[in-house]
Parts: sequence; C-alpha cells; structure tokens
Amino acid sequence: MSVAERSMGLGLRALTRLAGSDVVDRLGVRRPAERAVYRATRDGFRVVDRAGRTFAAARRGSAPARLPTTGGSGGLFDLAPTDEQEMLVAAWRDFAAEQLRPRADEAERATLHDTFREADALGLTMLGVPEELGGAVSERSAVTAILAAEALAHGDAGLAVGALAPAAVATALALWGDADQQATYLPALVGDDVPAAALAIAEPRALFDPQHLETVARPAAGGYVLSGTKALVPRAEDAELLVVAARVDDARPALFVVEPADGGVLVRPDPAMGLRGAAPGRLVLEDVRVHRGALLGEADPAVYAECLARSRVAWAGIAVGVARAVLDHVIPYVNERVAFGEPISHRQAVAFSVSDIAIELEGLRLVTLRAAARADAGLDFAREAALARMLCDQRAATIGSDGVQLLGGHGYVCEHPVQRWYRDLRAVGLMEGVLLA
Amino acid sequence: MINLEVPRKFGPLVAQARQVADEVFRPISRKYDREEHARPKELDMLAAVIDGMTDGSETGGAGATGVRRSANGDGPQGNRNGSNLSTALSVMELCRGDVGLLLSVPRQGLGNSAIASVADDAQLQRYAGRWAAMAITEPDAGSDSAAIRTTAVLDGDEYVLNGEKIYVTAGERAELVVVWATLDRSVGRAAIKSFVVERSNPGLVLDRLEHKLGIRASDTAAFRLEDCRVPREDLLGPPGIEVTNGFAGAMQTFDNTRPLVAAMAVGLTRACLEETRALLREAGVEVDWDRPAARQTAAAAEYLAMDADYEAARLLTLQAAWMADNGTPNSLQASMAKAKAGRTCVDVALRCVRLAGTLGYSEDLLLEKWARDAKILDIFEGTQQIQLLIIARQLLGLSSAQLR
Repeated sequence: MSVAERSMGLGLRALTRLAGSDVVDRLGVRRPAERAVYRATRDGFRVVDRAGRTFAAARRGSAPARLPTTGGSGGLFDLAPTDEQEMLVAAWRDFAAEQLRPRADEAERATLHDTFREADALGLTMLGVPEELGGAVSERSAVTAILAAEALAHGDAGLAVGALAPAAVATALALWGDADQQATYLPALVGDDVPAAALAIAEPRALFDPQHLETVARPAAGGYVLSGTKALVPRAEDAELLVVAARVDDARPALFVVEPADGGVLVRPDPAMGLRGAAPGRLVLEDVRVHRGALLGEADPAVYAECLARSRVAWAGIAVGVARAVLDHVIPYVNERVAFGEPISHRQAVAFSVSDIAIELEGLRLVTLRAAARADAGLDFAREAALARMLCDQRAATIGSDGVQLLGGHGYVCEHPVQRWYRDLRAVGLMEGVLLA
Repeated sequence: MINLEVPRKFGPLVAQARQVADEVFRPISRKYDREEHARPKELDMLAAVIDGMTDGSETGGAGATGVRRSANGDGPQGNRNGSNLSTALSVMELCRGDVGLLLSVPRQGLGNSAIASVADDAQLQRYAGRWAAMAITEPDAGSDSAAIRTTAVLDGDEYVLNGEKIYVTAGERAELVVVWATLDRSVGRAAIKSFVVERSNPGLVLDRLEHKLGIRASDTAAFRLEDCRVPREDLLGPPGIEVTNGFAGAMQTFDNTRPLVAAMAVGLTRACLEETRALLREAGVEVDWDRPAARQTAAAAEYLAMDADYEAARLLTLQAAWMADNGTPNSLQASMAKAKAGRTCVDVALRCVRLAGTLGYSEDLLLEKWARDAKILDIFEGTQQIQLLIIARQLLGLSSAQLR
C-alpha cells in the first residue's frame, strides 16, 4: 500500500468516526463534513503532469486506413491457426513461461515496468494495425488478438492485461480513428518506444451498464469538456494516452482520445482482488478539455457497441489462458497428492472436477474463437460476444474456484498460484473495455 | 484459418434437414409420443429422402453412415470438411424437429454408424441400404460394457450366440441388429466382438418393448439370443482376440457415434431455446446481446446463460466431428462434446419448462415432451459419468484400474 493510500485510509476512518458523532449534527456541520470526505478522497489522487511526449501528426492523411475482412477460410470450418499465428503463439508462450509466470507474484506488489518494456518488443500493438500505418497485419486480426491474450494470460493475467493495454488503444485507432487520429497517435504506438496507453470504460458502481455512463462530455468551444471517474484502468499512472468513454449531450456514449498530460486527469492506484500485475488505477477526469478532433468514431452507437463486444471477447481470451493455467496446474497436483493411500486423482469426485474444468474451458475457447472469427469475417458477432461473456461470468469463475478446491488448504495459501487465478478469473466476466479483440 | 461457421457447401443440406424437421417431424411429434410403439409410417418416405440427401451430398453424409472415416483433403493445408461434420449438422437440425423420430428413420440406426465405422468393404457392401440397430446393454451390464455375458462360440462356419440384450433402440423395426458378445469371458474386454445378426434370425427372440419417459416414437426392444447362429463373415472387425487393443477397436465406434448423440442433444436444446425465446417475446421480454445480463430481466439473463451453454455444446460437437473428418484422434473431444451436450440439453429443457410455467408443463406445447426426451441423451452412448471418466483418464493419464 502506498503512503498516499495509507494516509487516505486513515483520513477516512477519522471521518467515519466524525460522521457518526452527534456533535456534527449539533454543530450543524454535516454538509461541510461530507464535502471534506470528497476532498480527503480526492487528495489520494495525484495530477498527471509528467512532461511526457507530445503526439503530433508527421503527415496528414486524407482517408483513414482500414483493414479488410478475412475470407473466412474459404467457407470451410477450420480450427487450425495459420502458420503465422502458430509462430506468434509459440513466441508468446515462451515469453509467458519465461517472463510472466516467474514474476507473477512480484507483479502483485510492484509495477513491473521492465516487463512491460520487454512485452512491447513483441509488437503486440501492431497486431490490429494495417501495414501501411506501421502495423503488422493486412487483414482483420481479432482471432490473432485472442490467441495472444490466451498465450500471455497463461503466464499471468495481470501482466498480460497490462502488456496488451496499449494494443487496445492502437486497435481502436485502426478500427475507428480518422486519418488525423491515425497519423497523430499510431506512429508512436507501433514505434520502438511504445507509450503506456489504456481504454477506459468501466465506472466504479454496482450494476454498471456501459451504455449508461456517468462520465460526461459537455460540448464547449471547439471541443468537449470531460468529467467523471473510471475504474481499474491498467497502468493508469503511467498512461500517456487514453481512450475514454463518456456520454455526449444526448446521453449517447462515445469514445474520446485523451492525452493526460494536457491536464485535468487525476490518478491513484486502484488495487483490486486480482489483475494486480496490470497496475490498475482509478482515473478522475476533472473538466478535461479536448478538441473536437478527439472524438473517436463520430459518436456512432454502432462503433461503441462494437467496442464493448470486442472488449468482452478479448477478456474471454484472457479467461481461456488463465483457465488453461489452472488445468495445467491441477493435473500434476492431483496425480501426486496422496490421501488414503493413493493419489487423490484416483477418486471420481476429484477426477470429475478436472474433467469439468477441461470441458468448460474448451467450450469457452471455441465460443470465444467463433466470436473473434466472425468479427474478422465482417459478420455480426454481438450474440457470440454476449455468450462468451456469459461463459466467462459463469464458467470461468467456477474454474477458478475448482482450482483452489482441488488443492484444498494448499490452494488457499500463496505458495500455489491457484489462489491468484481464483482472483483473476472473477474479473473476466465483469470487466468492460481495457482490451480489444 | 480459424473459422467456426457452418461450411458454405453444407448450407443446402442444413436447410433441407431443417425443412424435414419443420414439415415432417414436428407435425407428428405429439402423435407418436402418445401412440408409443406405433410405427411412424410417415418416415418410410422420408428415409428415401435422407438416402437421397446422403447420395446427393458431395461429401456423402447426411445420415448415420456418414461417420465412416476417409482421408482426402479438400481445403487449404488439407483441411477437410467431410461427412462426420455434415452428419453432425444435419442431425442437429433433424433433432430440432424430434429426437424420437430421428431414431426411427429407417436405415439411420446407431448400428448403421457402427457398421460404417468398423466394417470392411465387403461387409459394407453386403449391409448397404439396410437398417441396423445396436445391442450392447444387458440386464447386468450397462455402462460397464466389458462385463457383458452374451457369448459367441465358433461352430464350423458359424458363431453361436447366447445371452440377453436390452435397450436396443429401433430393435423391433430394424432389419439388422449389431450384437456385442464375448468370445471368451475369461479374457475380458479383448474378447468382445460385434456381430451383425439378421432381425429375422430365429435365434434372435424379441422379448418385449419398453415403455419410456421419452423418445416414445422410437421402439426400445429387449431380446433373447437362443443358440442364434451367425455366419462367421458377419463378425465386424478382426476375428482374433488381441489382448492389447481388441476392445479399443470395438470402442472406436463410440468416437464416431458420440458426436452424433451430442448433435442430437444440441438439436433438442435448440428447439427448446427457439420456443422459449418466442414465448418470452410474447410475454414482452427481449434478450439484449449488448447489455450486461445483470441489467436485464431474470428471464432474459437465464436465456443468455442457456444460449451460452448451447453454443459451447454445439461447437464442441462440431470440433469432435471435424477432427474425425481430418483423421485426428478425437476420443477426448468426442466425450467432452457428449458430456457437455448431454447435460446442457437436460438442464436447458427443464429450465425452459419452468420459464414457460404451466403452459410449458402442459401438453399444449412440446416443451414438456422435449424435457422428457432430453434425459436419454445424457444416458445412452455413455452416460454423463462415463464421459467424465473417459475425459479424466485421458487428461490424468490414468488406467481404468487406477481411476475406476
């Protein structure tokens, strides 16, 4: 816990005692006291004021570049990745095994900037960007993005999310950015020194519906003024570029490109149950001014809906990777752990639990891949994205729970990673934004 | 390139199967549910149509014989979409119509699938165009099919079969019955062989027809084999007792038929979901793909959850069939498909009845029938528990002696 957080916590405890006291009412100071709570909370944030890079278009394009849809495997059912995808997956798996899994524990306590730097070298930001804009693909690549999420999350979900966060911003610009936005931001995102960047949609309240945002973008001279709060934004404290969802005047949600260095963006750590390796932060936008050109996708409701669907599919990709990690961990454990004179895997109650993990994992994987492949082929994928999300919510969390259960008390202590996966797998069915397939 | 859509070339086949479900099966569903043991004569004409679909299909697969494996590639990098996949797809559509009626279509028996899976070419030709049922289960050997007691003794050029078989689907109506029997009970599973027995064989005695919870359109027979003499060339597969993998050969049938039973379950699940979605719409409930489930009505959220399990079951089934088409070992995936589809169809059918309330429970609709039909799909061709055992043994690398 940071010093700032600790002091905020102490301040709130004092305020809670104050709020329960009759003295407050007798002296007629309740309203000022409540305002103080806001100040105290707000004071846990720091203003993003680093002298970061400036994003400027080297040249202006006239039309944005868009990736063509895929041919859908010549109309044949096919579960085999392309040769190129297989090569990439092999590289990502190695990286996950060598760089992410061994540092997963450490990543829960400190932000691993160096790991994110190394992940940048994998070219993740280029996977959704056309070659003519410096990217690595010539057609839509949601399936590739899912394979990346799956492979990296097998190492660690939090680090995978943090590593993929700038890629989501790059993909958003490739899919929906206009020529100016692409020319301004994509060169940096696909360059050697990838800026930390994040797609911020979720707001911290129960029953959050991303179609009904409290973050608002009020029209102002030449642009908009954004106000609101965003939760669990990966690498928020380092972010040099944000894509933020806010409702415009008629309550319609829309996406805005925000450069935190322009002022008005407050950030504090937002530590959570899991995904801690992503260094999640809480953002407060206090009258953040953006110019008209910051609006992404012309506030088209279809763009926003597609963004939500792609994000949910990407989270399902993370779920598949983590669930596979659970399966790979419990199989040797139940075979080696002896109770009542034989390995516990010889008992149906244990063995069937392993079978169920495998079945639900495979089902989730196929539903996720179908959603992504439909997106790549230019087919509607709203239903498939919703179903992948539902399986994440219902099945992935259960896999996390079963993983701990199979290890019993050993699963509950931090010696084994299953307790981390239990925490991470609770996220995949509730997160909005952050990642894009 | 990863693509999980129905292959374009199977579009016409799927559309045809859907038409059969709507125009042939559904109108007579309730009739044969009530008239258990009456032969659905409407299906004789249909059988010819399905034969035509199979022969007319460029990949040769709409019916039960589509499970025969062959190894030609027809796509990039040898990706093959063949008759296992087309059969699974058409079975899904037909069972969206009626599972019991599908099981009663002449020449579409599980015995036909068994023959297609393991018969040699000469046998295949000899049994072509004939309807074959499958007789494995005995009063004292259900899931434990290695424990069967029906014996086969070679006597000259004939095997002599003795024993008792129950739960033979389409056993009364079929022309052939594939009977599992052991050549030597002391050897165990390696001695178990399958024999194709003419239904008219005087040694194959029909004992009774069962009265069942569901799939009443399909007859379920019990037989006694009394010195039933079978020509030796009607033994399927190799005749010797190979202690190493004899039983595995017999069990290989299941790798091909389990995806088909999974496909039946997927089709029935689809029927329940379509009916329920229409009923919800009449009641003013729309399912929204974009809004979080927690912000929708409980009924819409429940529909989403059921549809998600349906989709997982469906894709697992297509995966198992696709692997069979491509000659990839698929017994793990076949069992995963069967387990997921079997439990999903029961779960979904029962929940749909609940969502539809007394209307769903009454005979006004077919939902209550589907909920009764569903249960068999989590039982035959290997119960849920057997599938979980097979999956666990493969994943954990355990033998049947270690994980019992």
